[in-house]
Amino acid sequence: MTEILKTEGLSRYFGAVTAAEDINITITEGEIVGVIGSNGAGKTTFINMVTGYLPPSSGTIAFGGAPIKGLGPRKLMRKGLTRSFQIPQLFLELPVIDNLAIALASAEHNQFQMLRPVRTPRRLAAADNILEQMNISQYRDEMVTAMPQGARKLLDIAIAMLGNPKMLLLDEPTSGVSMEEKYTLMDTVMEAVKRRGLTVLFVEHDMEIVQRYVTRVLAFASGVVIKDGPVDEVLADKQVQELVTGKRKKQPETEGDA
Amino acid sequence: MKLERTELSLIGVAVAVAILAQFSPNWLVFTLTLAISTALVVMGVVMLMRAGLVSFGQGLFYCLGGYAVGLGGRFLGITDALMLVGLGVGVTVAISMVLGLLVTRYREIFFAMLSLAFSMILYGVLVKSHDLGSTDGFGVVDWSILGYQPGTGESGTRAALLLALVIALAIALFLNRYFKSSLGLACEAIRENEVRVEYMGISRQQVLYINYVIAAAIGSVGGSMTALTAGHVDPTMAYWTISGEFVFIAILGGTGHVAAPFIAALIFTLVRTYAVELAPNAWQMILGIVLLLIILFLPKGIWSLFTRKRRTAS
Repeated sequence: MTEILKTEGLSRYFGAVTAAEDINITITEGEIVGVIGSNGAGKTTFINMVTGYLPPSSGTIAFGGAPIKGLGPRKLMRKGLTRSFQIPQLFLELPVIDNLAIALASAEHNQFQMLRPVRTPRRLAAADNILEQMNISQYRDEMVTAMPQGARKLLDIAIAMLGNPKMLLLDEPTSGVSMEEKYTLMDTVMEAVKRRGLTVLFVEHDMEIVQRYVTRVLAFASGVVIKDGPVDEVLADKQVQELVTGKRKKQPETEGDA
Repeated sequence: MKLERTELSLIGVAVAVAILAQFSPNWLVFTLTLAISTALVVMGVVMLMRAGLVSFGQGLFYCLGGYAVGLGGRFLGITDALMLVGLGVGVTVAISMVLGLLVTRYREIFFAMLSLAFSMILYGVLVKSHDLGSTDGFGVVDWSILGYQPGTGESGTRAALLLALVIALAIALFLNRYFKSSLGLACEAIRENEVRVEYMGISRQQVLYINYVIAAAIGSVGGSMTALTAGHVDPTMAYWTISGEFVFIAILGGTGHVAAPFIAALIFTLVRTYAVELAPNAWQMILGIVLLLIILFLPKGIWSLFTRKRRTAS
């Protein structure tokens, strides 16, 4: 399999605080990789560095074999590396259809003609198709503010998928979504991902979601990757259970142990 | 090119105003022309507001347009109105292309203050320029249009109105399409969420820069038309209170439609005219109360009355 994303010695420090340190990972095309870790473990910092939102303090990042360190979100998107956000980043006071139409226009590269309307029949048809795939057609002409959180997440992910990306990074796609909606949302997303043949890296706190949808897991703790491997193996690891999933509490030391 | 309903309405209104003006008193024609000229500058303010930027320095481009007319007639011997307006646009585009590189990097209060600072620099330079009449300014040459010289007085006023109407209509038609275009909508997208815009692969810097330069050019046309109508230019065109008036009118009308600045500018000009007449010592207070009421009851401007009505009807 061809490697699509590779990081070597990737670190990020905020003054004396280590947010991420010496992250070395390789992801191959078509993989669905979960990123787990407790709050402050460095997951989002890692995603932010890879997607150009945060410059790394040191280390290298390669995408499709080419170095991408220092490139901003715009250039990375053009290379096929895109993302969604923990808090959906949408145009709240614009209709849902316009959120997609702008994204579609941008995805066409030669988009910004001053007098050509953004709502062309072709773009509207494409936007309707996306809304249908994501099961959010009912919000087509509503302002984004009128959408529930789950629908906003889907729209955010749908926008990230436009422009023929090769790899998608999802930051906590199910956070803020009700228990009932979680699996429907993930089923919809994964179906769209598989249809497009995307490589996915997603941050998730819900271990049931992780077990159900990913094949490989990166476990983060205190800014470093403590375990990288198949999902069952990682989740069964004692250190991961102790530091990430919380299934195994560290036994308190007794006087007699000394 | 197929015309939309809004465009047909704009053309209809412009024709109706042109006809009605023939039967209107000269003072009203003069006031109307000034209101249209002001509306053009406000249109530039609206363009920036749609992108989330508030300019307290649009007077800079208004003044540049006005002084280009004055100086073009005085030093270059140009008398054709279209050429004078074109000269203003050329100068303004050149200057805004330089300033835009800096100011479009800033947002919120920093953009507002930076734009204000540049307009005040021009004000300061003009006030110190004794050859240009200092604070008194100077008169504009008798202009002609395509060989026809309307002269001063009533015929000049009516010719200025027709010219302002034609130019304003062309700009309104352009902006109507611009607001619905990818570029126009990208401005609104930037106002809503710059992070998402970048992750869509759109250069917010480029979008804001183009928007800024177009807004400046349109502001300059407003200044040129004011100079041609009033026959006089002075440094107060660049003074910050004038820029504040443009923001006032933009808030009054709202940013929802190209027609909004025209309606708001007309209301503003008439309210001010009558307020000055009826309450010479309290007219600013009257304007303040009007703005307060608009902000309280119509936060999206006068134009929201029309959209509300339409929504209720549907």
